[in-house]
Amino acid sequence: MSPLSMQAAGRSVDGVALSVLIILFLVVTGVGFAAARWHRPTALASLDEWGLGGRGFGTFITWFLLGGDLYTAYTFVAVPAAMFATGAVSGFFAVPYTIVVYPLIFIFMPRLWSVSHRHGYVTPADFVRGRFDSRSLSLAVAVTGIIATMPYIALQLVGIQAVLEVVGVGGSGSTFTKDLPLFIAFAVLAAYTYSSGLRAPALIAFVKDILIYVVIIVAVIYIPYKLHGFGHIFNAAHDKLSATPATSFIPGPSGLVSYGTLALGSAMALFMYPHSVTAVLSTKNRSIVRRNAAMLPAYSLMLGLLALLGFMAIAAKTSVIGADGKPNAQLVVPSLFRQMFPSWFAGIAYSAVAIGALVPAAIMSIAAANLFTRNIYREFFDRTASPAREAAVSKLVSLVVKLGALAFILFLDKTLALNFQLLGGIWILQTFPAIVFGLYTRWLHRYALLAGWAVAMVWGTIAAYRVIAPATGKHFGGSVTKIPFFDNRTAYIAMTAFAMNVIVAVVLTVILRALKVSNGRDATRPSDYYADAGDPRVADALGQPGTGQAAPEPV
Amino acid sequence: MARKVRRRKLAPGTLAVVGLLLAAPLVALLWVGSYTSAKPRLWGFPFFYWYQLLWVIVSALTTAGAYFLVTHTGTMVEVDDGDEEETR
Repeated sequence: MSPLSMQAAGRSVDGVALSVLIILFLVVTGVGFAAARWHRPTALASLDEWGLGGRGFGTFITWFLLGGDLYTAYTFVAVPAAMFATGAVSGFFAVPYTIVVYPLIFIFMPRLWSVSHRHGYVTPADFVRGRFDSRSLSLAVAVTGIIATMPYIALQLVGIQAVLEVVGVGGSGSTFTKDLPLFIAFAVLAAYTYSSGLRAPALIAFVKDILIYVVIIVAVIYIPYKLHGFGHIFNAAHDKLSATPATSFIPGPSGLVSYGTLALGSAMALFMYPHSVTAVLSTKNRSIVRRNAAMLPAYSLMLGLLALLGFMAIAAKTSVIGADGKPNAQLVVPSLFRQMFPSWFAGIAYSAVAIGALVPAAIMSIAAANLFTRNIYREFFDRTASPAREAAVSKLVSLVVKLGALAFILFLDKTLALNFQLLGGIWILQTFPAIVFGLYTRWLHRYALLAGWAVAMVWGTIAAYRVIAPATGKHFGGSVTKIPFFDNRTAYIAMTAFAMNVIVAVVLTVILRALKVSNGRDATRPSDYYADAGDPRVADALGQPGTGQAAPEPV
Repeated sequence: MARKVRRRKLAPGTLAVVGLLLAAPLVALLWVGSYTSAKPRLWGFPFFYWYQLLWVIVSALTTAGAYFLVTHTGTMVEVDDGDEEETR
């Protein structure tokens, strides 16, 4: 294939690439299932199995798995697409985001690890329930976790869809065939999660990560080489992105606050998601999180180079015309691969993207489903549910969560998929005060936290709804808007809402404390926040100590 | 209970250094106006781009430094649970 030829995506089926994609997918999935069967636990399987590792993950494995969590369709498809379409402000903030996140988790995560291991907490909602003695606040945290995970899963589906479309599956025509790649992506994900549970994704994650690293390394060395170096790539990007005010090569004065708040808001939000909390809590001892905080930036470097794939596509004049004849920036990375790589390697690269989206999507939907079962179903509907009943509920909910994700794609503007993740961030960030401030102090009143959360959720959702996508005219078209009371300053909605959240929580706390409204009873003690493996009452496995809460069978 | 939970208590000076090490990447990267320029270029990368990528490496080093300090210095002290039950 000649490297610089214009090539419309999805116009014809690339047989070789499609075959490689299917074969690799079957092999990887098959290996995962076989391994899961071979290593079946003898005792009653539980939430611990993967995420909550009865096994206790060490430094290296944690590094590997957490890194795999970072490398999703977000990194691979959405960020480069944003770079390609609108430039630095909406894309490259992912680099400061993934730098800033590590000092943050360095500070508070060990405390969450300790208190969770002492009390058998498995979800952030568990912790909030124990710390603030409030079922309503815990419910708010759980519901937010489930809703915020949906658009994040939607982003993964968009990634799989993009690959299938570029390979040539699905075509123009009726509504159904147009969305065929999406429905295939959804069906594969649903079948995969339904039959496998968490064990297979965990094992497949290793294979998937190796596949991804190979593709990344080849892509960021080979493509710039073919395009005559980074100087040429940046010049091409500069020429395209500086041409209109809607795009930016380097953020101008009006984009500074947006850039900074997008980075900080995303960083603060990342470790509030149920699936990432789960991954951190599954480590063997309190220090592993911190050691990882120093090792994980290695991934951020790769993320930065991957983001530049968007600029490389500008330099390579990659066509992103979709099967429906309209330009779709989400197709940019698979289209670039199709243009630059020989078919067989393009097939490997597609597999990496597709499997790299599928595994996190499965893990996220299972984490959300288990959150529902543990903190909503058992707490409010059936306190005596049998493990089998809980497993059935989890399975059903994981399907509902995926349907929710599908709805996000069908009804929202998917031409800027990065926005899905940012939308999830707007919601999940509002649980930060209860969780992270709660790790340090009970000064904030439980009802004040609940009110702050409610105000921020409502405002954030309305503000996001009001953003109209310029291309399609749909609502929820972006995640940056003007800050109230500040002229002409725009910021990430999540951070503006977060500021409101904190202000409401503080003001109401002062009032509620003056009125001497009961703040409940704290189930935790100061030493709980420092306990390490080997200390009294620190369980080897999560979810098992004497709280009487055997975790449900994972889906 | 058989024995109390112990934690590492750092000297005030060390704690300040840890704070600085952790705060440095946050301050540097969230002060966006300090690096939004195209020049000087490095290997074709405009300043805006290589500066942030450089911070990936710097932040790994500062965080590693903070990790070393919080795990290798200071003295172990017992955490006092007191009778805080309702008060905190």
